[in-house]
Amino acid sequence: MATMNMLQAINNALDIAMAEDEKVICFGEDVGIFGGVFRATSHLQEKYGKARCFNTPLVEQGIIGFANGLAAQGSVPVAEIQFADYIFPAFDQIVNETAKFRYRSGDLFNVGGLTIRTPYGGGISVGLYHSQSPEAYFTHTPGLKVVVPRNPYQAKGLLLAAIRDPDPVLFLEPKRLYRAAVGEVPDEDYQLPIGEAEVIKEGTDITLVGWGAQMEVISKAAELAEEQGIACEVIDLRSLLPWDVDTVAESVFKTGRMIVSHEAPLTGGFAGEIAATIQERCFLYLESPITRVTGLDTPFPLVLEKEYLPDHLKIFEAIRESVNF
Amino acid sequence: MMTQYVHQPAFMTGDEFLIETFSLLNPDGELYPGGEEPSLTREHARRLYQAMLATRILDERMMAAQRQGRLSFYMQCTGEEAAVVGAAAALDDADMIMAQYREQGALMYRGFSIDEFMNQLFGNELDYGKGRQMPIHYGSRKLHYMTISSPLATQIPQATGYAYGQKLAGEGHCTLTFFGEGAASEGDFHAALNMASVHQVPVIFFCRNNGYAISTPSTEQFAADGIAPRAFGYHMHVIRVDGNDALAVYEATRQARKIAVEQNQPVLIEAMSYRLAAHSSSDDPSGYRAKSEEEAWRVKDPLLRMQRWLAKKDWWSDEEEAAQQESLRREVLETMKRAEKRPPPPLESLISDVYADVTPALQHQLDQLKRHIRRYPDAYPRGAKSLDLTLSSATDTQREA
Repeated sequence: MATMNMLQAINNALDIAMAEDEKVICFGEDVGIFGGVFRATSHLQEKYGKARCFNTPLVEQGIIGFANGLAAQGSVPVAEIQFADYIFPAFDQIVNETAKFRYRSGDLFNVGGLTIRTPYGGGISVGLYHSQSPEAYFTHTPGLKVVVPRNPYQAKGLLLAAIRDPDPVLFLEPKRLYRAAVGEVPDEDYQLPIGEAEVIKEGTDITLVGWGAQMEVISKAAELAEEQGIACEVIDLRSLLPWDVDTVAESVFKTGRMIVSHEAPLTGGFAGEIAATIQERCFLYLESPITRVTGLDTPFPLVLEKEYLPDHLKIFEAIRESVNF
Repeated sequence: MMTQYVHQPAFMTGDEFLIETFSLLNPDGELYPGGEEPSLTREHARRLYQAMLATRILDERMMAAQRQGRLSFYMQCTGEEAAVVGAAAALDDADMIMAQYREQGALMYRGFSIDEFMNQLFGNELDYGKGRQMPIHYGSRKLHYMTISSPLATQIPQATGYAYGQKLAGEGHCTLTFFGEGAASEGDFHAALNMASVHQVPVIFFCRNNGYAISTPSTEQFAADGIAPRAFGYHMHVIRVDGNDALAVYEATRQARKIAVEQNQPVLIEAMSYRLAAHSSSDDPSGYRAKSEEEAWRVKDPLLRMQRWLAKKDWWSDEEEAAQQESLRREVLETMKRAEKRPPPPLESLISDVYADVTPALQHQLDQLKRHIRRYPDAYPRGAKSLDLTLSSATDTQREA
């Protein structure tokens, strides 16, 4: 066991994957000798050479187009998009190509080796274009898997699973936690399952669901509620596509109440999908309406970021309202 | 970057460079003075021509079938067979081809059977693509021909990535990607060429400049002298070739392949040709171009040129031509009859291949769908057939549809 922050855990996962399989290739803007603007790919070029870890020109659609071709050829590309806010030039390559490659060819060809890593989310005062959470655009795309880790241990295990998964994975990294989240991470190789949620705290009164950086916020709200005698069950979804309906439904059968929280705007956000599915599955068990605590339906702000974000107090209030409904 | 300073402002437009067009055969199939015949064996030259001919005949018959209502959609390669087949003939058969959609000639050259074409066109149970894509979206793993995708130009940066993988694999293979002059306006084109040049990738970018992107003439697609000059901006090898001259296309591509594979350098080829047919079965060119323009290109028919050259060498005869045409037409008709009678892919193929393994959520959706189809089998004849349900009505609703 070592103590690592999330970047070190990600770097460690990439290192293990590259050492194990020479087909693993990491690239993106500034990922070469510089190791990426956040240093997630530090020292990989030194260790594995320029052919396997390199800078690309500044062209996201090219990075993912290139990655699709490379994966179709049988390599295992790990492409970095510097910020999730800049993934949109590659939207066509991801939605029309990556996601449909296997289906449209009847499984003659696939890009299952592909992993797209990209930092997402707010909370570090960088405004509209370095803070977005674009997960819902991609969860609407059959053929992709969407995975979000909440801490260094999860990041390493889920990233190794994503790289080895037979399907293309969009791996969203909560950049606010890159250095802020520190924890024990095994030195050895391990994988965590894609498609399985994790109950990180058991409770009987209400179910709180989230993913990524929002888990820290949700846990803090749960602690406040706990002081008021409300026992919260906290679930980290970990995979948004496919997502683990059974684990969430089991919890709601028990608690009868649910709150889903994400940083992305309310309308069309992934919380809506979870709420709709759970009310179908658990309708007769619900004691109060399923509530969403999310960002506002605005572009991501800068100076008023604190006001915009679904923080622990907003979640705590929603818990109280749900319990007192 | 080399910086050389001057002390008076001087602007350039690119007109300083003249890009010539490489051609070997005149329309009568005679070698131009100064041109050298590529070293093609009789067998290789015949294979090349026969693929061109088979493509022409398949296209004619299938367009007719579309007009008869037997097929939902079709696209012809007509007029561009030399460009497409000439390029394929210059590759190793294990090199990857990533085409746009009008390059069935390359697949024909590689040995895709008429049956295989038909199964895709009719989306039946034997279609490799499991009836998921519109007609002409062929693909073949064994023939190293990437399945076609409708979005334009997406295959170009993919070709760069694929070829990068080939370079790392070190087996001496390259990728050739086809695209039209219209698709070259997409951002993916720029991304692909720039990345290929920066990372020294063995990829051949083959532009079929056929004059039109649906109805938009190339004069409204770009202001420069075609696509070729763009290579300068990427410091890339480039050649412009007469796209109706199969020998010139073959030789240009053969040499491009050598550069790609031996030097790990990308090459851009611009083949000047003309889309003699409509864009697709849904298009009518009479609304945007003159018949006289088409006639002017018809006399430059790439098949006639190649056929005349072969005949002069005594490698092909009128008798062979007639016999081949007849047997191809018969084969196309017979295979078409077989293919259209075959059942559609099973209902399960709706949810397979979205992921490597079917997810529980998708299985749940299929189960719900099956229950629904069992209630209303007449409304879903293909699904009902797949579930072995009896339709209440005596009419063959599938044919009706």
